[in-house]
Amino acid sequence: MQEAETTASPAWRGYLEEGGIRSWASTLDHKRIGVLYLFTTLFFFLAGGVFGLLIRLELLTPGPAFFSDQTYNEFFTMHGSMMIFLFIIPGIPSGLGNFFIPLLIGARDVAFPRINLMSYWLFILGIVVILFSLAHPMDTGWTFYTPYSAETSASVTMLSFGIFLVGMSSILTGLNFIVTIHQLRAPGMTWLRMPLFIWAMYATSIIQVVATPVIGMTFILLAMERIFGIGFFDPAKGGDPLLFQHFFWFYSHPVVYVMILPAMGAITEIIPVFSRKPIFGYKAIAYSSIAIALAGFLVWGHHMFVAGMSTLASIIFSVLTFSVAVPTGIKVFNWIATLYKGQITLETPMLYSLAFIFLFIIGGLTGPFLGALATDVSLTDTYFVVAHFHYTMMGGTVMGLFAGLHYWFPKMTGRMLDERVAKVAWAVIVVSFNVTFFTMFITGVEGMPRRYAEYPAQYQTGNVISSIGSAFLAIGVGIMFWNFIRCMYKGAPAPANPWRGLTLEWQAPSPPPTDNFEEIPVVTDWPYSYAGKGAADAG
Amino acid sequence: MPGDAHIQDGPARTLGYETSKLGIWVFLLTEALLFGGLFMTYTVYRIKYPELFYDGHLELNRVFGTLNTVVLICSSLSVAAGIAAIKRGNVKLLKHCLGVTVLLGGVFMTVKYFEWTEDFARGLNPGTDIFFSLYFMMVGVHGLHVLAGMGVLSAILFLAGRGKFTAGYYTPVEVAGVYWHFVDLVWIYLYPMFYLIG
Amino acid sequence: MDQILSVQGAASRVAGEVDSVFIYILAIGMFFFVLTQGALIYFAFRYRRRKGEKDKDTPDIRSNLALEALFVVIPSVLVISIFYYGFTVFMQMRAPIPGATGIGVVAKKWLWEFTYPDGRKTVNELRIPVGKPVELNMTSEDVIHSLYIPDYRDKQDILPGRYTQMWLLPDRTGDFQIFCAEYCGEGHSQMLARLIVMEQHEFDEWYAGKAGEELAAMPPAAHGEKLVKDSGCLSCHSLDGTVKVGPSLKGLYGRTVTLSDGSTARADDDYIRESIVDPGAKVVKGFPNVMPTFKGSLSDKDITDVIVYMKTLK
Repeated sequence: MQEAETTASPAWRGYLEEGGIRSWASTLDHKRIGVLYLFTTLFFFLAGGVFGLLIRLELLTPGPAFFSDQTYNEFFTMHGSMMIFLFIIPGIPSGLGNFFIPLLIGARDVAFPRINLMSYWLFILGIVVILFSLAHPMDTGWTFYTPYSAETSASVTMLSFGIFLVGMSSILTGLNFIVTIHQLRAPGMTWLRMPLFIWAMYATSIIQVVATPVIGMTFILLAMERIFGIGFFDPAKGGDPLLFQHFFWFYSHPVVYVMILPAMGAITEIIPVFSRKPIFGYKAIAYSSIAIALAGFLVWGHHMFVAGMSTLASIIFSVLTFSVAVPTGIKVFNWIATLYKGQITLETPMLYSLAFIFLFIIGGLTGPFLGALATDVSLTDTYFVVAHFHYTMMGGTVMGLFAGLHYWFPKMTGRMLDERVAKVAWAVIVVSFNVTFFTMFITGVEGMPRRYAEYPAQYQTGNVISSIGSAFLAIGVGIMFWNFIRCMYKGAPAPANPWRGLTLEWQAPSPPPTDNFEEIPVVTDWPYSYAGKGAADAG
Repeated sequence: MPGDAHIQDGPARTLGYETSKLGIWVFLLTEALLFGGLFMTYTVYRIKYPELFYDGHLELNRVFGTLNTVVLICSSLSVAAGIAAIKRGNVKLLKHCLGVTVLLGGVFMTVKYFEWTEDFARGLNPGTDIFFSLYFMMVGVHGLHVLAGMGVLSAILFLAGRGKFTAGYYTPVEVAGVYWHFVDLVWIYLYPMFYLIG
Repeated sequence: MDQILSVQGAASRVAGEVDSVFIYILAIGMFFFVLTQGALIYFAFRYRRRKGEKDKDTPDIRSNLALEALFVVIPSVLVISIFYYGFTVFMQMRAPIPGATGIGVVAKKWLWEFTYPDGRKTVNELRIPVGKPVELNMTSEDVIHSLYIPDYRDKQDILPGRYTQMWLLPDRTGDFQIFCAEYCGEGHSQMLARLIVMEQHEFDEWYAGKAGEELAAMPPAAHGEKLVKDSGCLSCHSLDGTVKVGPSLKGLYGRTVTLSDGSTARADDDYIRESIVDPGAKVVKGFPNVMPTFKGSLSDKDITDVIVYMKTLK
């Protein structure tokens, strides 16, 4: 079929030029490693999504619909584990972070490119081990609470080792980013001239290196418990199942900030560009990222208010939990204030950024119900929590990822996305997301517990609405991916700076050459000087 | 070119040295948290079962434990001597010191092998009770780190033999040395925690 | 089950207070929702670039200390108030009630066993008199479970090797749902129970066995059917041939079964009785040895009636 000249697919350029599996498998180029991570994590987004759809399919009827209860339990475990460990934790950091951190700070690569490559292959190795464990599919839920996880016949031991490897990959990525941000900033780029995505990634990396070793160790303890019959978590042998929960949540709470901070960073870049106005409250956003990272370590017990923890501990964790709300709120106000008196255009990256704010506000405002002791007692372990974390993780992080993908697609591929198709996908996704998940707040308040393969008939209406929403959500995501794939090959050639952004990546060609910049730029200003620019000199 | 992060468009070696030092310290932070979780577990159960821990520690071979402590401290001295040597440009002495360090690491692992063989023969193993679970786990994880350290130091020794290091460039030696000191430090906590409770 | 959205749904002490906390948080949340979403949507439209518009000189607003301080102080004050309100009601929920009758609760995969002060046990059904405080003293025989009574806005995890407590002070009669709210394996969503709050005199009658007389007057097969349905058997055994955690009860009576050690046995009266009180003695090949015992919760007459019912399941 003849392609018109303007949409002809030029050969892969820049860092994409050298082909062949070997050049990709042994690459030391942070951009290629970022692309490898993106492909891998997005694959597991789709795989985890399939399990999510199977969950919604089964929940169409109160009794068994298509699958046994045991199979359903395996579905929600797979959905949660894949989405969390193989998609949402590595997604933005190892994907977009790897690609864009050096570009944004004016460097040629990360501090330790070989360690970067090693982190990717550790990730793959961990995935392979996890896939082997599917021989006896997990049915513990992604939280693996003991004693159930210590005694079940599923391949928990093998999965534990797999997650340990994936965790090591995460640690090495965080380590690399911390050193890179400290050491490789271009001349003139002081800390307060760094793009806010970099501040977000710095805070994220701190969490990764501090928290991940603890979950690694926790899974090793669990594996030891199963192999040697040790009793750390088994009351019959003098152990304490609550100790597992403390260790588990000591990581798993901070990790939600690993998930959200990069997404916040991405939209913090996008909003000024598409408002043609400086970001409001740069310092507040920068410091609040660090504050969230640090405060996030103090609140893990709010997952355990009814777990059998002492009343005093519950009180302390509740107070501390509210401390994280304030720096988060500041960011929301600042993004909205940036829009004020701007000159706003609504291309897809901006649409996803606005959707992020809208949905994240809902997720965030439902947090206090769970942070407050009295209401958490009835709402914990119900669908209210499921709704809350899907609004923050999917309405938040995933929308932020989609925003970043649409924003940076031209830079990564050298091609433009089809705006109309992208907007259609956006509309379907945002509307169906709300249909799918908002009803869960209501079913949760009405008492429907989580992880129920079968449920009393009065919850059916909410479940059916949610399942219908999920079908459309899948369609929307499908349209978006189709747009990506099609435009990777057939999109219009992209200029170096299609959005007229001021951050350094737009000074490199689209796509960038292997060593990013002809000459390392010298930075003289912060990257948000949009005000008073008029038409002429952006970019 | 990519892959040489210490060759930025700037003063080459300085950036590489600082970058590598920052890298190893961040890595040690993660190691501290890995062991930290285990230390936390130890603390929780030590408070809960003080007699179990007291009785358990009597079963351990204090001679071997003390010997191993001395061995590791000497190995830290030898690696520090090696770094001092290469700072003065003395490659030969560096190689000797690295060799001694690896050897002492080997002595540590050998003593551990004999100690544990004896323990197993007496029916003490990771499944025995919480004290021994912790002992074998923590000392075992530490031992894995000793082995890893030996591997790294051997690689450094090999590179030293190839003439890679001079008075002007010895970053990898120092990074490996810092790692080895950390491994030693962890043992200095483990030794009294398990062998010397009283 | 009562709808929880209406405040009338709250059925015990403090349940109404919990709803008040909920509404307080909701009100603050709605305020900020309207404020922020309103500003978001309004600004996105109001400051949109019109078609063909040239680049404007947007104002160089980088920060506004007063506004930022407001963004910090007001939310901080409000969240502290939320914490405090939640904390005070929580303390009421967790406060022991003097004079409470102690009822033991054992949670096991996948049923609830309640033990009254006089030692009697009921399965999956907790009957208490209205207006009288009750302390549930709860432990698990295997993994972590959680007793959740939505209408009471109360929940407490149940751990093995430990006892956790929940205090109930029912303020009206009714039939309320009990869920297991901590994932515990295959039968987690079947692990349901009923909380039946009765008028004092009705409760006394039941306690004295009068209700038992009514049940005893039922034909044996009907009584057996009711027991099978109410005692949690159906969490693991189907009536229609489907294989679940345990063998189906359909056609079981009189059949010859193969046991885990290879020997065979006929599922007669003795076999079924033994399976109910000592399930581990003979386990059918291919099934796990996880059935709990009903010794103490089903009387000999109960078991007889169950067997009669099973004979009808051809």
